[in-house]
Amino acid sequence: MSMTEPWQKAEIPGPTKALVITKPEVVVAMVKKAKRPILIVGHEAAEVDVGDKKAIDYAIRMAEAGKIPVVATAHMIGEFNKRGFQSSSSMSAVDVANRLEDSEWKGLDGLGQYDLALFMGITYYMEWVILSSLKHFGGNLKTLSLDRYYQPHASWSFPNLSVGDWAQSLELIVNKLRGE
Amino acid sequence: MSKKNVVIKIKELKTDTALIKDLELRFGRVMEETWTEPVGPTPFPSITALREWDHKLLQRYKPFYMPYCDVCCLCTFGKCDLTAGKRGACGINMEAQQSRIVLLACLIGASTHTAHARHLVEHLINKHGAGYPIDIGGLNIEVEAPIARLVCGIRPKTLGDLEEVLDYCENQITNLLSSTHTGQEGSNIDFESKVFHAGMIDHLGLEIADIAQITALGFPKADPEAPLVELGYGTIDSQKPTILCIGHNVVPATGIVDYLKENGLYGEVEVCGLCCTAHDVTRYSPKAKIVGPISWQLRFIRSGLPDVIILDEQCVRTDSLLEAQKIKAPVIVTSEKNCMGLPNRTRDPVDAIVTELVEGKVPGVLILDPEKVGEVAARTAVKVAPTRKKFKVIPNVEDIIEGAKTCKKCNDCRRACPQDLQIMDAVAEAADGNLDALANLYDSCVGCGRCESACQVDLPLHGYIVKAGEKKLKEEKFKVRSGRGAIQDVEIRNVGSPIVLGDIPGVVAVVGCSNYPHGGKEVVEICQEFANRRYIVLTSGCAAMTAAMYKDEEGKTLYEQYSGAFEAGGIVNVGSCVSNAHIAGAAIKIASIFAKRNLRANYEEIADYILNRVGAVGVAWGAYSQKAAAIGSGFWRLGVPVIVGPHGSKYRRMLLGREDHEEDWYVYDARTGDRVSVGPAPEHLFYAAESKEEAMVMIAKLCMRPNDTTKGRAIKLTHYIDLHKRLYKTVPEDLNLFVRTEADIPITMKDEILKILEDKRWKEGRIPDPTLLPRMIRKRKD
Repeated sequence: MSMTEPWQKAEIPGPTKALVITKPEVVVAMVKKAKRPILIVGHEAAEVDVGDKKAIDYAIRMAEAGKIPVVATAHMIGEFNKRGFQSSSSMSAVDVANRLEDSEWKGLDGLGQYDLALFMGITYYMEWVILSSLKHFGGNLKTLSLDRYYQPHASWSFPNLSVGDWAQSLELIVNKLRGE
Repeated sequence: MSKKNVVIKIKELKTDTALIKDLELRFGRVMEETWTEPVGPTPFPSITALREWDHKLLQRYKPFYMPYCDVCCLCTFGKCDLTAGKRGACGINMEAQQSRIVLLACLIGASTHTAHARHLVEHLINKHGAGYPIDIGGLNIEVEAPIARLVCGIRPKTLGDLEEVLDYCENQITNLLSSTHTGQEGSNIDFESKVFHAGMIDHLGLEIADIAQITALGFPKADPEAPLVELGYGTIDSQKPTILCIGHNVVPATGIVDYLKENGLYGEVEVCGLCCTAHDVTRYSPKAKIVGPISWQLRFIRSGLPDVIILDEQCVRTDSLLEAQKIKAPVIVTSEKNCMGLPNRTRDPVDAIVTELVEGKVPGVLILDPEKVGEVAARTAVKVAPTRKKFKVIPNVEDIIEGAKTCKKCNDCRRACPQDLQIMDAVAEAADGNLDALANLYDSCVGCGRCESACQVDLPLHGYIVKAGEKKLKEEKFKVRSGRGAIQDVEIRNVGSPIVLGDIPGVVAVVGCSNYPHGGKEVVEICQEFANRRYIVLTSGCAAMTAAMYKDEEGKTLYEQYSGAFEAGGIVNVGSCVSNAHIAGAAIKIASIFAKRNLRANYEEIADYILNRVGAVGVAWGAYSQKAAAIGSGFWRLGVPVIVGPHGSKYRRMLLGREDHEEDWYVYDARTGDRVSVGPAPEHLFYAAESKEEAMVMIAKLCMRPNDTTKGRAIKLTHYIDLHKRLYKTVPEDLNLFVRTEADIPITMKDEILKILEDKRWKEGRIPDPTLLPRMIRKRKD
């Protein structure tokens, strides 16, 4: 099995495919390089186990470590609040993607458009088409999938990973963002 | 009725001043004069006649494209890479290509419904004559064909009158399809306008089909108390010969029922159906049974219960013949659109066909005569059943355990599964003798069979899931209210005012296919939630079946618990896919019957009315098909928003409003001509939700309309806030956009909301008589 195949094998994207994140340090570098990163977290993040934690727990730690604003899609805002993370914004997946394609959008804080969107926890096939939209119409925006499965429409994506490797990668990203 | 292509020839005309010879006058169309309602501006609208209205909608609800892939591969110049601004060899860009694909999908849907309608109308005219009077509700229905009246400006009275509408549909579909050829339309927005046109044409096709079959096949006629009929695998008597009808066109199934009745066999043979033919055969005969939605095809065939399988058209698995052969069940295909490679035996003697089918000399036959289908099916079923002995291809437990041990653990099954079900892990547990994990997949499985196709060692994995879930399958015994058809005029009169003023918080139409993200229970929860909140809930198609597939503690399904009337708190099954016309029709009739607006060829005004006043939302939680896309696009043009589940994102394009763009939400006040900001109501026209919770909150939100009274808006806000608090665990952040005056604020939440409004620097607005059409302004402000 090639490690860079789309998770759902029939989802063939076309000529432009995501660069594979072979080292989690790449994510750290991308976040640090970005002037305006944003983290978009879908409803599966509260359901998917990453070792003894949920994916949302890593999202929170990453957001705090990298000072990255968070958009909680679907009904996820409650999950963030429940975990004591009060600073996420609530917006649907299609709404936030739509705004990311608008060069005039002022962002969640009124300070302007974002240059790096990190995605986690949106259902694979829905995230697929959203990332495709951003690839085609997102202008200079770069996208990065933090999910466990290869998302070829992103600018960067993890390959298909075991849960253990995924957890290790997310842990490393959090720690590096904290400067540890 | 109108007359088309009227020609007057005058050989010689002498007047005082001239002699005219061979005068020929041609009239494209002469409208009926006995109908006193004036003809509106757009009878039989051309592709561009409603373009301005479409552009108004598309200016507010801009397309948001989500391409499946980067290329176009529709001509031999291709493949062309359209990534990020590139253009193809023909000059097309990605936006136009995506809207072109959406248009193609909607045209597939519209042509399918129109062709279905054409077949029904021709068949029924052959049987009853063109002069057979239309009747879809007796004295309870005066506006018999709201969509045809609105779009075409005609009032059909007989089956023959329906043909003119179909002529128009076919003409429009041909023209629309031609626009998708390489080197035709190049603007994505004009493609989108054509998508709307295709949707409107689709609704006409739906309406004509259901009017014809309700009229001539004796279906329930706008009956809120249409019979409760049986649904589910467990309702089929396995001791009897069983005929299974799959598809959407009920005509062959009526031939079967008729033959069985005429020959005293109806109690002896089970007639059941899958997908919309199932709905319609129970509308024809309440003793027939519904097995379930489209996703039950594989599991039911493989169960071995059907002795003869009848395939008509639409949503029929194209491997049905192969699956039928596995269980040794003969197949009869009955539609020119779906011949399955079988020989045409329409003109052959029944005895010879039956003999060959019973003896297995042929796996199936094509018969295009529904009466002959009836006789062949019935006689074959009776003869085949004793020898077939319900032969099935569902594996037994031992086979599963042994097969599971050969699994190569490649995980290709999961990676082929549209639901990402953890099939490989479940198979691994099965190898240890535990089938629980496989059984747990049963409810979420959409029955596509892709896991089996992907399996490197050819394990019948869908069969494994079905066997493991067999207990659930056999316990599937439910009651569903048979499709009632149209909504009565008197029902519209009763609820028109509370809907338009907002006292009834909304009309929620739960429709479409069964490609649900997490099984059907979410559909039941959505229906029940909104019925309990006193919305009017409508159902149709596969979703209407799914809504029946769960029982309460007393063993009752939703249809046994809730009224079938078009009233607050009702759950109203209108019928099959083509019955969706009655949902659009109800919205149109509110404008006509309650608000006394002229319908006749007056599309733009009525759509403007619905968009601004009728709080209706469509929910197609498992939409998969091109037909569903076409139905949705008909609703968009009419101003009714549609929400789809996450799989619906694969339709490639949403129509999204921007609540943060204040300038998008102005309407005219028809009383004064002032431009008034009314907030994002409704915010979106086509929207994919990630989760059931998101969908529920969005349903409540999208029911808000600019015309809501303060009392009505307060009721709608109460539901929006309450659902948001329960499902999102927070108060909505956009309340300032929906509160127009303090009187809009729900009284029990006043302090809390006033504080939020204060933080948002909210300013009081006003409630206009809303319209997007300058011509509707009664008094201009100079």
